[in-house]
Amino acid sequence: MTGIPLTHILFLSTALFFIGAYGLFTRRNMITMLMSVELMLNSVNINFVAFNKYLYPDKLGGIFFSIFIITIAAAEAAVAIAIIINLYRSHHSIDVEDASEMKY
Amino acid sequence: MSAASIIFYIIAAFILGTGLLAVTTRKIFRASIWLLFSLIGIASLYFWMQLEFLAAVQIIVYVGGIVVLIIFSIFLTIKSGEEMPKPIFKRNLFAILAALSGLAYTLRQISLYKFQAPENPAPFELKVGDIGRQMLSTTDHGYLLPFELISMLLLAAMIGCIVIALKQKDSVKTLQS
Repeated sequence: MTGIPLTHILFLSTALFFIGAYGLFTRRNMITMLMSVELMLNSVNINFVAFNKYLYPDKLGGIFFSIFIITIAAAEAAVAIAIIINLYRSHHSIDVEDASEMKY
Repeated sequence: MSAASIIFYIIAAFILGTGLLAVTTRKIFRASIWLLFSLIGIASLYFWMQLEFLAAVQIIVYVGGIVVLIIFSIFLTIKSGEEMPKPIFKRNLFAILAALSGLAYTLRQISLYKFQAPENPAPFELKVGDIGRQMLSTTDHGYLLPFELISMLLLAAMIGCIVIALKQKDSVKTLQS
């Protein structure tokens, strides 16, 4: 536990965040884009927990932020999937290129 | 190198490898399963940091809730056996460039910054009772207001989901005609 410096955990979460960002840039399917967003939210959670544990071990702020982020991510995923299913009903596709009525 | 650090690097490689597969594989069902493994890896990272409560929350909410929801919606919307089309080469190239430059910049900033760790760090113990007490306290550093806001948000999201996903026969017909 003490052998790992804080920066290595931050390297891990940074790499995970940019993996999620890469997925968000390249995917055109709404469900896979949502999965990339989940990866990015998780990397932020790792950051909060690591800062809490290494820099402020007498407080619990980072843990609370992580719990609230997990809750909001759950609500966000549920609403997003409801929207995706509704879009599939009207367009018969969940590709973002096919849903361009409100683009301009 | 102690056993704990070796375990950390194994967990980190597992998370990054499965996360990379989750965003690059072209079969959508496999992508969701790789995402599942990545989230389990993050839960095991919390276990490694001795945060058992957070690891349990991660497994219950993400692995048990969100990934199952995603798999359901995959079955409801697309043919899961089909491969997705390859990303356009130009877009793929620019996405890789953007991700790599952002990664390099952030890694450099992290490695240059001097983090001020406390002199004599108190042993970090996470008691679930402390979390509950602080979550519901109204004094300084209490989290009662965000707790109530989150409960309102969850209620609103639940009702919103039902309203959005409700089958509206008339409106669907008018859209199709």
